[in-house]
Order: sequence, then structure tokens, then C-alpha cells
Amino acid sequence: MSLSRLLIGLPLLGLLWLYPAIAGATEIQRVRSPGGITAWLVREPTIPLISVSFSFAGGATLDDPRRKGTANMVSGLLDEGAGGLDSLAFQTRLEELAVRLSFDADRDSFTGGLRTLTENRDAAFDLLRLALTKPRFDGVAVERIRRQIITGLKEDQENPNAVVGRTWFAMAFKDHPYALPTRGSQDSVAAITADDLRSFVASALARDRLTIGVVGDIGAAELAPLLDATFGGLPESTERTMIGETAPVTDAGLKVVEMEIPQSRVMFGAAGLKRDDPDWYAAYVLNYVLGGGGFASRLYDEVREKRGLAYSVYSYLYPLDHAGIHLGGVGTQNGRVAEALTVIRQQFAKARDEGINADELANAKTFLNGSFPLRLTSSGRIARLLVAIQRENLGIDYFDRRPELINAVTLADVKRVAKRLLRPEKMLVVVVGKPVGLEAGE
Amino acid sequence: MLALLAFATAVAGEAMSAGLFHPKVGSLANGLRIVVIEDHRAPVVTHMVWYRVGAADEPPGKSGIAHFLEHLMFKGTTKVGSGGFSKIVARNGGRDNAFTSHDYTGYYQNVARDKLDLVMSLEADRMVNLRLDPEDVETEREVILEERRSRTDNKPSAQLSEAMHATQFMAHPYGIPVIGWQHEIEALSREDALAFYRTYYAPNNAILIVAGDVTAEQVMALAETHYGGIPRADTPARRRPQEPPQLAARRVELRDARVNQADLRRSYLAPSRSAGETRHAVPLSLFAEMLGGGTTSRLYQELVVKRKLAASAGAYYSATNLDRRTFSLYVTPSPGVTVTAAEQAMDEVLAAVLRDGFEAAELARSRTGMLAAAIYARDSLFTSPRIFGDALTSGLTVEQVEGWPDEVRAVTMEQVMAAGRAVLDPRRSVTGLLLPEG
Repeated sequence: MSLSRLLIGLPLLGLLWLYPAIAGATEIQRVRSPGGITAWLVREPTIPLISVSFSFAGGATLDDPRRKGTANMVSGLLDEGAGGLDSLAFQTRLEELAVRLSFDADRDSFTGGLRTLTENRDAAFDLLRLALTKPRFDGVAVERIRRQIITGLKEDQENPNAVVGRTWFAMAFKDHPYALPTRGSQDSVAAITADDLRSFVASALARDRLTIGVVGDIGAAELAPLLDATFGGLPESTERTMIGETAPVTDAGLKVVEMEIPQSRVMFGAAGLKRDDPDWYAAYVLNYVLGGGGFASRLYDEVREKRGLAYSVYSYLYPLDHAGIHLGGVGTQNGRVAEALTVIRQQFAKARDEGINADELANAKTFLNGSFPLRLTSSGRIARLLVAIQRENLGIDYFDRRPELINAVTLADVKRVAKRLLRPEKMLVVVVGKPVGLEAGE
Repeated sequence: MLALLAFATAVAGEAMSAGLFHPKVGSLANGLRIVVIEDHRAPVVTHMVWYRVGAADEPPGKSGIAHFLEHLMFKGTTKVGSGGFSKIVARNGGRDNAFTSHDYTGYYQNVARDKLDLVMSLEADRMVNLRLDPEDVETEREVILEERRSRTDNKPSAQLSEAMHATQFMAHPYGIPVIGWQHEIEALSREDALAFYRTYYAPNNAILIVAGDVTAEQVMALAETHYGGIPRADTPARRRPQEPPQLAARRVELRDARVNQADLRRSYLAPSRSAGETRHAVPLSLFAEMLGGGTTSRLYQELVVKRKLAASAGAYYSATNLDRRTFSLYVTPSPGVTVTAAEQAMDEVLAAVLRDGFEAAELARSRTGMLAAAIYARDSLFTSPRIFGDALTSGLTVEQVEGWPDEVRAVTMEQVMAAGRAVLDPRRSVTGLLLPEG
């Protein structure tokens, strides 16, 4: 085991969106198959492997609320038997070929990835085809995965990080699908049937909401027919209606969930910006200075460096497809939660009233531009970025344009967006633990 | 000049092996080892310095000092102000961090290739010029106590792990948590940190690893400039107290009102590639894979799939440790299944495997997986330097890292079974139970 000076936890989810960038040196090709399926490709023949990433928009928001957790359960079952192969046969085949196949569901999308050695390319893509288009959902496999999910949900109840996130989203989004955790509840997962799983696959995994990124030892001419062979059997269009726009309601203020732990876990946040907001880059710079910059943010300086109040403190923009959120977190011993929250609120208020200074703006630009090739350091990471950039409609030339978009941000832009984004008195603050000196309940 | 000669020889030697990452290696006259992994896919580099010192090298009663010092290394030097290190790296578009284990302490910066000179000058500076403001030390101790609460005290499962290690290692400091015991962290002083720093932070006790878009010649020249003038120190040999023979199985039970989901774990004292019966180490990696590495493994198939007693079950083992460490098993019982029933079933699987062995196809699959993992490891710029740092601070050589695929290919079923039978001796085990209160 190894300890890090800073462990970055929750914000990772957001980081994919905060750094949707790639070096100018990387050449992206748009590959369109004969059957009309598009993928973005970065050819990298140095190492004999191929990484594929893909995403179907919709994800867990397409779940029937009474069967919440369906998308997640599907993600656990697609590699548990497909076509003529039962679970053991399918898993054995993956191992024989050293193919890594993964599926996941999040609030807005159903995602997946494939990694294979070049020598097993065709067999690997064929296993992906089988998983996506001919999943079996055998009774024994369904019950086994259900058992695993329910066990995980029970473990979550004792995990303050899980409880704080669930509580924040439940309060902020009330009756909207975003309120419900992607993995559902013990009750909703218990109610899911094999028919629910089949119905989800048939109606939610379709080509009209599919985005694909491929990186590695494969050319466009080789990829095109594989796209048709792999994804061509999916339905052409999705039958489930996408959810509507929403925004978090954060007026509730403070909520304390009592748990017998020495350190309170805190999540704080309010409405943020969506990725296509004209002020996105100004907000991005602002958040970097306030709480996004690892060892270089105001929250880090004030909460950790000067006062020793926490090991981790951070904020991040979390742009969902249908709502923008600005979130943050801190972990502090119960006796000092009130002090930590006061410091954090002061920092939010100061940035709202005064914006940031010229040095901070310049430093943020240098970091946000300079650090971006660091995201290009494995084929899987690049493949996921290719998907993210397509999903957000940032354009195939986005990598070249990104520095200009960041460099164009002015102090006035940051000040304007700070007034809009930072509302310390409107934040919803959820505390899990036994905090001292905070009003319990609401 | 001497250093460059040594470098050239090492490079020539390296070219002969089939290898994995094909590093170029060298050293400076002051004893700094250098490993370069050239990778020109993206215009970036990772620069790391690993010290051959970790939590298992701490003086008695000073647990956590290796990790505390790691944090304090960011508090400034004669040239750089407190907290300035990371800010300079960030202002140059880079990311930095550091980490501590029982066997090593490491520091790294990921930067654009033209910033290598800068980060090397910063890292070399703090190898000798650390300055600690007493107030910074007090504040950082609070940060580390919060880190301990986050990682351990807030989580019954982490508390059980801590108790199991303490039980497995009665003499060896692997039984002491890397972060330290709370009461000892509270008593660590600035002088403790500086004494540890002066004793262990020196070029002859360090390994410089650079991976990325740079040539070995460039790295050597820069290293000579920045690290070449730092004097050697008289670093003590790493001789830790060793475990006495374990003759009796040990059990640990943690009951906590916070626990909703019971859990069963077991560990066995095991050799590494550097210590104990080292010939068992690579075969044991394959044994762990077949016993509990994935969903086709024996533990998963028997306990989770066939008997439905568990939601998950598996085994894991790391062969890279300076001293003997552990081989571990875990079972998460299904709802309604007691840990006693789960333990009995786990023991039945172990007994059957040790009696009857595995099928040849299982060994072939595990071998395929491990060899593929070695290729996949080349994909991330940050993986190979971690592998070398881990290995070289744990008593292994560059040749052993490069020879891993060949060793895996050569392992026979007889060696796998001999390793499993030697290690999975109930008398050398610790069994841990995580249970709800009552």
C-alpha cells in the first residue's frame, strides 16, 4: 500500500470534462463505416494494442424509477453470457484472448470500453458485438450480479462518502431522475426482472445515441468494417424519451446525517454551468483558482495549508447533460467542521465580490494549457477523451482551438461568472458525521 | 566522465535482452542510479525520484515519520518558499505529487518535455536544502491526522486491515501502518523529520527515473548538472527486524455498529522476489491468479457461482517487497450467509486445490493474462516508471523487471503447486472477520 500526498477522489468524475483536450500533435481521423457508423480514431502503432471507448447517451436517467438501477445492472451483465456462450464460457474466452471488456452506467450515459492486443483484434471486437447485441441474462447470472449489487449497496450505508453524495443529490433534485443514485436502492434492485434488463438493452442502446473513440494500432480502413460488424446489429434509434432540463434546488441550506465517525464528510454545492454555456471557460478558470487546482487553489491554501483543517478540500464543475452543478467537498474532524465551512464560505464570498487577480488568471491559463498534453498518456485515456469531445459537440479541431478559448478569458469575464456561480448563502451543504456546533436537520 | 562510461556499458548490456520496457540505465559518481524509459508518443515527461526508505525503516516509536517527511518536503528550501514547489510546477503547466509505502518514498512531476530541466533543479534542491518552519510542521501534523481519519478511522474495513497487519507482523515493521499510529503521529517533531531526512535523503540512496519524450543522453547530462554536485551520505543498511517462525494460526475480529455487510479475509506470511524462498515468488503470482484472480478462478466459481455463498471472493499477492509479505484471500458473504459458513467453504476450496492441483488450461490462461498485462503496462507513460521504482527500492534489479515475462513463461505446474503448498499453511495465517455489533 502506498499513501499519496493528495488523494483526489470525487472530483475525478468531473475532471474528464474539465480537461477535454489533447495535444495539437495528435491527429484525429473521422472514420465513417459503409453502414453509416462514425468513430473518431487516433492511430498509434508504437504498441501492439487497441483501445475502444463508446457511450450511449441517456444512461441511468432512462431507468424506470421503480426499477432504478436497471442500467447499472445491465452494465454488470453484458459480459456474463452472450450468444452461444454462457457466463463461464464468455469470461473464459476473454481471458484466453487477454481482452478487457468493461461496461458502466452513469447519470447521463451507458459507457463501455474494449482493450485488446492487436493480434486478437477481430475476436475481441466480436466479443463486444455479442455482449451488446446478444446478451443472455441467464437467471443464475442475473441473481448473482443482483447479489453483488445489493451487497455493495449495504456497504455504501457505512461509507460516509457514498452517503454524503446520495443525500446531496436526493435533496437537490427531488423528483427528477438525477435525484436517484445510478445503482438504485436495495428495494428497487430487488424488483428488477430479466425482462426489464432486456427491454433496457432493446430500447436504450441504439446507434442514434452512440459515440465511439478508438486509439491504437489500427488504421481507418481496418476499423470501418469492424464498426459495422460490431455495432451494426444495434437498433437504429432509441425508443426511450430523454429527460428534460432541470437545475439543483439548493435552498435547503444545511443537512446533517448522523454517523459515528471521527471525521465529518461534507459536500457543498449549488447550480453550475452546463458545458455549452458561453461562460464555461471563465467558470473553468475561476474554479481552478478557487478549488480546482490541486496544490494551488485558494481553498487548499486556506483550509489545508494555513489551518491544517483537512487532508482534502476541493471544488469542481459537474456539467450533466441536463443540469449544471458546482460541487465541492471537505473532510474535517467533527470539532472543526463549523470552522472549515466558515473558511470555505468566506472564500466563496471573496471570489464572488472581488473575482481573481491578474497573477491568478495568468497562472491558471498557463496550467490549464500546459498540463493538457499530460492527458494524452495512455490510449484508453485518449479514447475516452475522443468520446467526451464528440458528446459535447466541441468539434474535431477542438484541441487546436482550446488554448485560444482559455486564453480569451479576461478578469472581467471571471468576475461576471463569479457573481453568477458563487452563492455561498444558497449552497446546499450536507454533512455526514457527528459535527459539533452545526444545527442538525435543516 | 566516469558516470557516462558506466552509462554506456549499461546501455550496451541492455540491448541484449528481449526485455519489456527497454530502459537505459546509468549512475552518477555520487551513487545516484538513473533509469530512462524513452517514449516519444506525446511531448511530455515524468520525472521521479525514489528514495530507498519507507515506513518500515522508521525508528521505533516514530511511526509515520517517513510519510510526515514526505509532506514536509513541500514546505520549502533555502531557495523555494513554503508551498512554493507545487505552485512553481503548476505555473509551468505540470502536475506533481508524492507517495510513501513501507519500502519507498517517491516524488514526481509530470511536465512538458521542455520543463524537465526546471523540475530536476527543484527536486535536486530539496534533496539537500530542506528548511522547515516550526509552524508549518505543526499545521501539517493536523493535515496528516485528518488524512488518518479519512483513510482509517472513518472506515471499519480499514481498521480491520490495520489490525490484521499488526497481527501478521509481530516483529517486522510491516505490522505498523504507513501513516503511523495516531498517538505516535501526535508526538512527531520537526527534529524527528530532519533527522530522518539527513539520514536517508542522499543521491546514493535515491533512484532517478525519467520516462517520456527525451533521450537517455539528455537525461544524463541534466542529471549531472543538477544532482551531480550533491554529496553522498553515510546511509545505514536496511536491516529490519524479521518475523520469528509463526507456529499458530491467529484470528482478529472487529465488531462495529457501523458495519452493515460482514466480511472475511485471510493472509499468510509469504516470500517476495527479494526475501524468503524467492523461487516461490513468481509461481505464487500464478497460483494467486488461478485461485482467485478473476471470475473464472476457483474461489469465485466455487463460492460465488456454484454454491452462491458469497457475493465476491478472490486472492491477491504482490511479489515485489523488500521483505517477506503476505498472500491474501477475501470473501464477502451473500445476504443471510454467516462468515463461519463462508470460511468453511473457503477452506474447502483451498484444501481441494492443494490436494488436486489446477488444470493445464487454467495455468495457460493465467500466463496469457500476465504476459498481456506486461504489454498493456507499456501503454501508460506513468506505469513503467512506477514499476521500476517499486522494484528497485524493493531489492530487485532492472534485469529482473525486464526478465519478468521470461520468468512467467518458464513457470511449471509443479513450481506453482510447490509454492502454494509452501505458503498456504494454516499455521502461518491470520484470519480477519468484520462483523456488525451484537
